[in-house]
Amino acid sequence: MNAQNNTSALSAYFLAEVSDKTETHTLSVLVDNEPGVLARVIGLFSGRGYNIDSLTVSETEHEKHLSRITIVTTGTPMVIEQIRHQLDRLVPVHKVTDLTVESQRNNQDKPLERELALVKVVGSGDKRLEALRLSDAFRATVIDATTEHFVFEITGRSSKIEQFISIMKPLGLVEVSRTGVAAVQRGPEGL
Amino acid sequence: MTREMTGAEMVIQALKDQGVETIFGYPGGAVLPIYDEIIQQEGLEHILVRHEQGAGHAAEGYARATGKPGVVLVTSGPGATNMVTALTDALLDSIPLVCITGQVPTHLIGSDAFQECDTVGITRPCTKHNWLVRDVDDLPRILHEAFYVATSGRPGPVVVDIPKDVQFAKGTYQGPTSNPSVSHKSYRPQLKGDAQAIRIAAELMAKAKKPILYTGGGVINSGPQASQLLRELVSLTNFPITSTLMGLGAYPASGANWLGMLGMHGTYEANMAMHDCDVMVCVGARFDDRITGRIDAFAPNATKIHIDIDPSSINKNVKVDLPIIGDVGHVLEDLVRIWRTSSLKADATAMKAWWEQINAWRARNCLAYAPNADIIMPQYALQRLYEKTKDRKTYISTEVGQHQMWAAQFYGFEEPNRWLTSGGLGTMGYGLPAIIGAQVAHRDALCIDIAGDASILMNIQEMSTAVQFGLPVKVFILNNQYMGMVRQWQQLLHGNRLSHSYTESLPDFVKLAEAYGGVGFRVDKPQDLDGAIDEMIAIDRPVIFDCRVANLANCFPMIPSGKAHNEMLLPDEANDEAVANAIGAAGKALV
Ligand SMILES: Cc1cc2nc3c(=O)[nH]c(=O)nc-3n(C[C@H](O)[C@H](O)[C@H](O)COP(=O)(O)OP(=O)(O)OC[C@H]3O[C@@H](n4cnc5c(N)ncnc54)[C@H](O)[C@@H]3O)c2cc1C
Ligand SMILES: Cc1ncc(C[n+]2csc(CCOP(=O)(O)OP(=O)(O)O)c2C)c(N)n1
Ligand SMILES: [Mg+2]
Repeated sequence: MNAQNNTSALSAYFLAEVSDKTETHTLSVLVDNEPGVLARVIGLFSGRGYNIDSLTVSETEHEKHLSRITIVTTGTPMVIEQIRHQLDRLVPVHKVTDLTVESQRNNQDKPLERELALVKVVGSGDKRLEALRLSDAFRATVIDATTEHFVFEITGRSSKIEQFISIMKPLGLVEVSRTGVAAVQRGPEGL
Repeated sequence: MTREMTGAEMVIQALKDQGVETIFGYPGGAVLPIYDEIIQQEGLEHILVRHEQGAGHAAEGYARATGKPGVVLVTSGPGATNMVTALTDALLDSIPLVCITGQVPTHLIGSDAFQECDTVGITRPCTKHNWLVRDVDDLPRILHEAFYVATSGRPGPVVVDIPKDVQFAKGTYQGPTSNPSVSHKSYRPQLKGDAQAIRIAAELMAKAKKPILYTGGGVINSGPQASQLLRELVSLTNFPITSTLMGLGAYPASGANWLGMLGMHGTYEANMAMHDCDVMVCVGARFDDRITGRIDAFAPNATKIHIDIDPSSINKNVKVDLPIIGDVGHVLEDLVRIWRTSSLKADATAMKAWWEQINAWRARNCLAYAPNADIIMPQYALQRLYEKTKDRKTYISTEVGQHQMWAAQFYGFEEPNRWLTSGGLGTMGYGLPAIIGAQVAHRDALCIDIAGDASILMNIQEMSTAVQFGLPVKVFILNNQYMGMVRQWQQLLHGNRLSHSYTESLPDFVKLAEAYGGVGFRVDKPQDLDGAIDEMIAIDRPVIFDCRVANLANCFPMIPSGKAHNEMLLPDEANDEAVANAIGAAGKALV
């Protein structure tokens, strides 16, 4: 995944950088909703060896044909700055905001980030009961069930979802589908 | 102006409205409607190349030699894929290109139709932007936008892919908007630099004790006015100035403050001054790895100011202290004005000491080579070529290899836009089509491709183009019978095992020239060189000049990969042993 680290031994570029700590940032990218725009963004990440921890996209302003792409990425501060500028350089990109940097500027820990997951658990007896009990504790809801299975819908920070999934593993987890992270800034201001 | 017309007519009309006079192209099924319009009009000249890659590089050469965008027209499938190298070349060297490709009809897209390829998919990573036009009514807007994107901000190549049914379809043509920058929704490059930052830059420069101007291709991109302002800045400050390969000619090589090119094959004085400077003003250059060498040892004591129009160039490879985002011309205008109107002055005492130091480095005479009475040294050949052509309006292109570096070291450029070379991608086969492009734009000029024996064979077919269009380009081959640059690296890195870097069975270049309808020369004696060059210049036809040079000469100075600027290999030190041990284990993996 981390091409920056992989190339560090090979390229003079990164000799000075190995000691820089990596950080995880959430970027919000406002783009024209036109064919190929997602391919441009993804191609940029794969072509330049940047990480994608999570990527979500959907049209958010129909009249203006604007989509919002939310990307969670990991890299050194220099690499994250590069990612922001490289994204900004794409012609159909209107605006790139590093929500993590914005939060820090406002003395907040992190932007608001939520993810939704659908989690299928198959089991019977105690395990089934335990799964249901825990889902309640996580405030997941049952959206489909038979006597053999549950499908839970859970929303929250990625860490919460991860925790839920790992707890469900021994209880008969068979399938997970996650949306990836949606994020906005706290407070009254818009992008 | 709005008018009903077919997509194919719109292409011609839009090109004319954008001021295009010449396009380079090659026909095929998917662009026949456009070709049918080309033959029925006047005012737009079409240069028929012999390979689409040639069209791409010719358009690049045209663009560099004129400051205008180069325009290419090719067919779908193989026509488009043959353009990929040229598009990538233009992207890395920031050359404005508009490439129009034909595509299979929209209803066949995705069906693996004859000569179908996913052109926008293939060219997405090697263009600044690209478009697939699905509706003829979008075509005029997209064509005008294509020119705007290619030429504004950091210039680059764009592709407009037009399905054949769209070329036939009728729609309403719209002329270009008067100010595209205002109307574009999402793309608005910043031209003016931040006034505060420019002021701080001026103050830093005034306080500098060992300043240097490190300039690059961005000065050329910005237009001749930027070169003028750069010259003014140098005379106001008396700062030493060096340039990358891409920026040669922005400041004249005969100028008193010129240190020569910097970087891997740059001069000793330029690289030492870069290493020791305390204030570095980077003007339209991108801290390429050929320049920086080992990043952590790059100008360790310098406060770095970086003027660049592309924010992604800032802090990409090297962290700078003062970024100024804007067009070189605009920023230099402000900087020169501040320098003129304020009381700022360079520190005269410090500058005197700095120049003394620089002159001591200069005295090292780093480009010296052992002269030879019997064999033509490649450096000597270029010195003679320079002497014989410098007083003319001369354009020089190169292929890629040792000859390219020697050309950069030994040919003195006095003006911007006279030097065409493939820097970023390093594309062998660039030089001949590129010089054809320059000659198309400047019919009266002397246009020379300084070539290598291996590179020239990569697009030699374009001799046929030169002959057809009466373009008297001169191909001056420094024929060492080797892929010299590859051999040099094998000597440095691979124990002198010369794996496949010797070209056996080179063609007879004289006969080859004749076969194409040009004129061939062969010279292998130093004393015959001057006369033959004179003769070559006098001939008003395409020429291949097979200049047989010392086979084993190597190109120095050289900063081996992974080394610092002050660890250069100089010619007088570069004996076999030094060469074999120049690169440590860590450096061997670098390119
Ligand atoms: C065999 C070989 C050896 C080489 N050795 C050397 C060497 O020894 N020395 C050397 O210098 N090069 C060398 N090169 C070339 C090298 O690879 C790079 O192409 C070159 O150094 C890049 O030049 P540049 O920094 O001027 O950038 P360019 O590629 O010319 O980029 C221009 C920069 O200016 C910016 N810019 C563009 N337009 C504007 C504008 N209007 N206003 C402001 N900014 C603008 C761009 O954003 C970009 O950052 C070599 C190449 C080859 C093939
Ligand atoms: C298309 C392409 N293929 C391979 C290379 C790698 N390469 C760089 S220089 C060189 C040799 C060039 O030989 P020649 O043209 O004879 O020039 P010389 O170095 O001998 O002056 C090669 C193969 C390249 N730059 N471009
Ligand atoms: Mg050679």
